[in-house]
Amino acid sequence: MLDKLYRALYRIRRVEEEIARIYSTDKIKSPTHLSIGQEAVAVGVCEALRSTDVVFGTYRGHACYLAKGGDLRKMIAELYGKGTGCAKGKGGSMHLIDVRAGVMGTSAVVGTTIPHAVGYAYAMRLRRQDTVVVSFFGDGAIEEGVFHESMNFAALRRLPIIFVCENNSYAIHAHQLARQPASNIVERARTYLIPAERIEDNDVLRIYGLVKAAADEIRSKQSGPRFFECMTYRWKEHVGPGDDFDRGYRSISEAQPWFANDQLKRLESLLGPQVRERIMGEVEVEIAQAFQFAESSSFPAEEELYTDVFGEAAQWTAS
Amino acid sequence: MDRILTYAEAIREATVQEMTRDPSVIVLGLGVDDFKGLYGTTRGLQDEFGPERVFDTPLSEDGMTGVAIGAAMAGLRPIHVHIRMDFVLLAMNQIVNMAAKARYMYGGAVSVPIVVRSIIGRSWGQGPQHSQALHALFMHIPGLRVVAPSTPYDAKGCLIMSIRDDNPVMFIEHRMLHSQRGHVPSDLYTVPFGKARVLAKGSDITLVGISYMTVECLRAQRYLGEVGISAEVIDPVCLSPLDIETILTSVKKTGRLLVVDSGWTVCGASSEILAQVAEHTQGTPQIRWQRMGFAPVPCPTTKNLENLFYPNAQTVASTAFAMVHDNQRSWTPVHKEAPEIVEFKGPF
Repeated sequence: MLDKLYRALYRIRRVEEEIARIYSTDKIKSPTHLSIGQEAVAVGVCEALRSTDVVFGTYRGHACYLAKGGDLRKMIAELYGKGTGCAKGKGGSMHLIDVRAGVMGTSAVVGTTIPHAVGYAYAMRLRRQDTVVVSFFGDGAIEEGVFHESMNFAALRRLPIIFVCENNSYAIHAHQLARQPASNIVERARTYLIPAERIEDNDVLRIYGLVKAAADEIRSKQSGPRFFECMTYRWKEHVGPGDDFDRGYRSISEAQPWFANDQLKRLESLLGPQVRERIMGEVEVEIAQAFQFAESSSFPAEEELYTDVFGEAAQWTAS
Repeated sequence: MDRILTYAEAIREATVQEMTRDPSVIVLGLGVDDFKGLYGTTRGLQDEFGPERVFDTPLSEDGMTGVAIGAAMAGLRPIHVHIRMDFVLLAMNQIVNMAAKARYMYGGAVSVPIVVRSIIGRSWGQGPQHSQALHALFMHIPGLRVVAPSTPYDAKGCLIMSIRDDNPVMFIEHRMLHSQRGHVPSDLYTVPFGKARVLAKGSDITLVGISYMTVECLRAQRYLGEVGISAEVIDPVCLSPLDIETILTSVKKTGRLLVVDSGWTVCGASSEILAQVAEHTQGTPQIRWQRMGFAPVPCPTTKNLENLFYPNAQTVASTAFAMVHDNQRSWTPVHKEAPEIVEFKGPF
């Protein structure tokens, strides 16, 4: 298991480092929000799920997409705006999707995918499928009304869903305590009678273990939801590849404990050098191939402007 | 065999038949399971199909629209019902930012086959926040279909079409249409999107009525006939996509177009229809056009002001008469208040 978690963490970190490196070339001509520093949450959660489980994410969604098994080549092509991207270049970094892998979409409007996850869970319950749905969102989303509407309905119907709040303390440049009276998101979940836990230290092994247990329990008891507030930290600026500790809204000293607690380094130290080097080598090849795929792919044909607005009505026969 | 049903009964029948045919169809919304059953349109559905497929919701329009979208992504076909279209404003984020765009921004990877039924309209003091007709807001958004059938036949066929369509559909019902009676086949049939109906043939002026205003236009057409004016009445049925061809064919014949909306005129459905007609008839200056709709104010509650707020058969006929006579003559038919308005009583 350690090597799987390490591979996932390393892969996301290195993919995003490559995105950051390439960003200055302006090959990626759209907003990109990096997950560097926060990978442990997506990795811990998604590794605890089955491939048939489903996740809904946010515009900071690279980690969630990759951790759940989203196609890396299609993701990079999407960032490049190429027709081979996971959304044919029409979505970009903020609208990643890979239905085959159970990544059901990320959105640029805060909080908007939370009720979709709830609705998906409703459909799974109605169809007696044992799929577990995960909704990822940030600490800003809980200020949106739709968060509470979604929690209320999911709790009322005891739906098979795990809510995962990636609390990185900032909504763009505003600290949580400038937006909320207290840092107590987990307590708010409990008021909906949802079993909820706060994980303070970005511990990927603990996140994995707790989410695995929660998913198992949801399946065996046919009862949800569950809620995790995962404290984490965004190392890079809100949008874009740079550092912003000199911009006055947060300090490098605040970040130091998170750097020291880097889950990638931690797992690295727990693995033997041979395993580590094998994984690193494989991942580097995969990343190089993905960027090459994006580079060599074509932009969408002009007629793509008008496709995918409407779907064809399903064929049917009166019965 | 032909049967006569009310518009409300036609909607209920379409829902029952589609739910029977397709287990993925579900119905949700405030009050859909209560004893009033949304003017009867959902009455008894929960008994027939169970509380998992037909359910009341918390008062969470935005969240529950998102739930419907997520359920649709998972393969269900939700019908989300709003007893008043005013409440749909609380769900604009999910409808405009997600339902309308999901297919496009995800490169065709998902479908969002939801039907948002909402009830609009006047009667019995509904006032500024219980009567609005906001179809034009949704016509503006690519990715949404907007239908506003006016007859029981089209109500059933359009609803079945909307349920089976793989896209989000705004299905708009005027409260004063629910009691209208008409021929409705008992079998399943669809009314296609983007096909207008010519409800009455005429040669002097084209009246295009939207939703309930088709009923008032037909009354106006009878008034006009009494003074020798032959009016053609068109019901677009579907506002997006809009069948401009049928309207153009008529306007080229009559040379006059009066669009009467169940909504405000500014940036409204009537604006769009006139703009498209103007674009297609440039160089034919003899064509005259005009539009009518709500007074440009919030809807007042008190009856005498409410009567002034809405177009009716009398004001439509009077306006059409003036157009036909190049504003050289005026005439107003004897006003009889529409029976459905007289008969409709609250409290509700």
